[in-house]
Amino acid sequence: MATLQFREALREAMTEEMERDDDIFLIGEEVAEYDGAYKVSKGMLDQFGHDRVIDSPISELGFAGLGIGAAMNGLRPIVEFMTFNFSFVAFDQVINNAPNMRYMSGGQFEVPIVFRGPNGAAGQLGATHSNSTEALYSNFPGLKVVSPSIPDDGKGLLKTAIRDDDPVVFLESELMYGLKDEVSEADDYTIPIGEARVAREGEDVTIVAHSKSYHIAMDAAEQLEAKGYEAEVIDPRTIKPLDMETIVESVVKTNRLVVIDESNPFASVASEVTHQVQDRAFDYLDAPILRVTAPDTPAPYAPNLMDAYMPGADETVDKCLRVLYAQ
Amino acid sequence: MAADTSAPDPDSGSNGSLHEGPGLPDDFPHAARLEQAGVTSLEHLREVESLEELTGIGPAYANDIERALEELGESEGGGTTSTGETTEKRSSPLSSNGASEDSAEGPATHQSIDIPEGPIKETLSFETYPADRYKHDELGFEADEVLDLLSNMLLQRRFENRCRQMYQRQKISGFLHLYIGQEAVSTGSVNAINLGDDSIITAYRDHGMGLAMGMDPEACMAELFGKATGCSKGKGGSMHFFDAERKMMGGHAIVGAHLPLGAGIAFAEKFKGTDNVCLCFFGDGAMHQGAFREACNLAGIYELPIVFVCENNQYAMGTAVDRAFSKPDLYKHGYNFDFPCSLASGMDVFSVNQAVRDHVETYARQDQPSMLEVRTYRYQGHSITDPAEYRAEGELDQRQSEDAINRLQDYILTHDLATEADIEEIDEEAKQRVKNAIDAANDAPFPDESALYDDVYTQEDYPFIA
Ligand SMILES: Cc1ncc(C[n+]2csc(CCOP(=O)(O)OP(=O)(O)O)c2C)c(N)n1
Ligand SMILES: [Mg+2]
Repeated sequence: MATLQFREALREAMTEEMERDDDIFLIGEEVAEYDGAYKVSKGMLDQFGHDRVIDSPISELGFAGLGIGAAMNGLRPIVEFMTFNFSFVAFDQVINNAPNMRYMSGGQFEVPIVFRGPNGAAGQLGATHSNSTEALYSNFPGLKVVSPSIPDDGKGLLKTAIRDDDPVVFLESELMYGLKDEVSEADDYTIPIGEARVAREGEDVTIVAHSKSYHIAMDAAEQLEAKGYEAEVIDPRTIKPLDMETIVESVVKTNRLVVIDESNPFASVASEVTHQVQDRAFDYLDAPILRVTAPDTPAPYAPNLMDAYMPGADETVDKCLRVLYAQ
Repeated sequence: MAADTSAPDPDSGSNGSLHEGPGLPDDFPHAARLEQAGVTSLEHLREVESLEELTGIGPAYANDIERALEELGESEGGGTTSTGETTEKRSSPLSSNGASEDSAEGPATHQSIDIPEGPIKETLSFETYPADRYKHDELGFEADEVLDLLSNMLLQRRFENRCRQMYQRQKISGFLHLYIGQEAVSTGSVNAINLGDDSIITAYRDHGMGLAMGMDPEACMAELFGKATGCSKGKGGSMHFFDAERKMMGGHAIVGAHLPLGAGIAFAEKFKGTDNVCLCFFGDGAMHQGAFREACNLAGIYELPIVFVCENNQYAMGTAVDRAFSKPDLYKHGYNFDFPCSLASGMDVFSVNQAVRDHVETYARQDQPSMLEVRTYRYQGHSITDPAEYRAEGELDQRQSEDAINRLQDYILTHDLATEADIEEIDEEAKQRVKNAIDAANDAPFPDESALYDDVYTQEDYPFIA
């Protein structure tokens, strides 16, 4: 095990894969000369040169599409969005070209591409720069959506995403890039897409949370422990495909579920988990499923408003106590 | 910035350019004033030392005149020449052999903020490929190859005529956009590339291109019928023909969205160090999309082996091209990216062929992206359900009188390459192939219902949400 920042773990994943396979290249705004807007690709230009670490102008639609075309013609691009807020100007490429090509061509053309970059709110950036896109991209068949919460998962899953023959949306977080944690040094360390991680075992209540929300869940679980309740925390890691087996298994054991998802609530990952659990484990539920999400408003700027906007551990504890009928 | 052009206005009927010869050309700027001032020929004009001192010619007029004279000097030769940059374009950071070196130029800006004395002048010229200019033997076509071109164009025409009928019989559903009238563009282009190595990507009006590339008419018709034997296994339909083997990279139905894909396809060729190029076709309507600009700019900075071919068939649905463009000379739009740009007739397969060859060999294979506007016309409505009432009276007849298939047939007869009976036989063959395609499509099965779930992901047992 090595102790790495999240950004370093992601860089290791890309670097190892690019060393292994010459068809992989990285393209995006400021990824080369500037070392990455968030320094994820720091030093990669020096190692791989201008043919494989490629600065693009501010042209998300253009370079996302260029990546897809290159993928159709035999390469394996990694496309970095400076943040996923800017993927919206490339939306058509990501949702209409990348995931449909295999299907529409009767399996003749595959699009092995990774769209990666930070997703979700990152402090007081205002509404345009605080969008959560996981539910959105998960809505389109043909895309896979990955959203890790810890550096080790970041490395293992990004390597897998790069090797995947289908388009993968890989969601990171500005606020977690500096997060330091143990990362496996195993040779060729990969984690399968579509497998949740049971981060903490418990009998009383299940908390499902991905990305930054996972850390809130762990915090809440500690507070609950102090109150005498054992929460089971599940990080799905992959939003699509979603590992419902693991989630349902846990709910069958705890009979109670709270989902944290920092997205806006309507048609969110939290709603999807809620639907699927009632569908598969209705008889095992002892309480309604509760969600902890952003409110159905754009993200604000003022510090107090932003605090109110983001899901937090206190709110999570509160909702857990409610499904435990302990309040 | 003032940019003048000596390119002819192709719609004006005259060639519009500035003639050398006795007297001043009629359209020479301020000709009347110059003549009043006693300047009666270009030769004379060139000898005048100070234009401003001529009676009736102020500094502004003098400027126009100087520019026109400069243009005359440079109007020889094709491509785009420009002389007015304040900053030179950087060479692409990408090598063409996958072994990039440190860019000598470094990341810092080389642009000056010292503004030069103006006005900055530019001289542009654009190559043209009018109809009836090219002979088959000059293009290297043997007589039998000319007949192949005819056969290829007739196959498209006969195929699509029957498509119309099959739609009426409800064998074909969905959107059906016919290419009738534009066949010289596909055939001329495909015969200018190395089929199987070079790739083609186009929009949804794609039947003609597919057939021109040698796609099996049976697989094409079956696709339109939604059959399992279709070129996209019945999952794409009319707008989404694909053929990986021929590097037919698809019909694409979101207007403009495939232009960046074209850039990416070309990028991959450069990355792999091949000599292959990509022809990226799109309609006049697609040029309004930001994707056009983004794809051109990326192709320009990365120096990609691509030709952007605008098939200007005069309409985007019901919107006439000159209603929708601030600058309706579409070939000039590529100039914004410093591309060589040309204009070709799409009503003569030889003109298209020569133009595409030039763009492929002179530019794309040298990693220089370029733009070619091909002027053509679609005879049918935008899609099968469009009666095309927006056309002017007589417009269709007039354009059809330029028909590329008739033109080629006349050419074949006047050059004694074949007899009328031979042509008749070629046409019969085309009709027979289409008939066979229809029969086969009729007999073919629809996809198995389980095919709904095939090819969404690579992994066959991908966990679907039921
Ligand atoms: C993004 C988008 N907007 C609108 C449409 C609907 N549409 C389909 S074809 C078309 C006209 C395109 O004209 P042009 O590019 O000139 O091609 P042509 O049909 O003449 O071959 C329109 C508006 C679409 N398919 N995609
Ligand atoms: Mg058009």
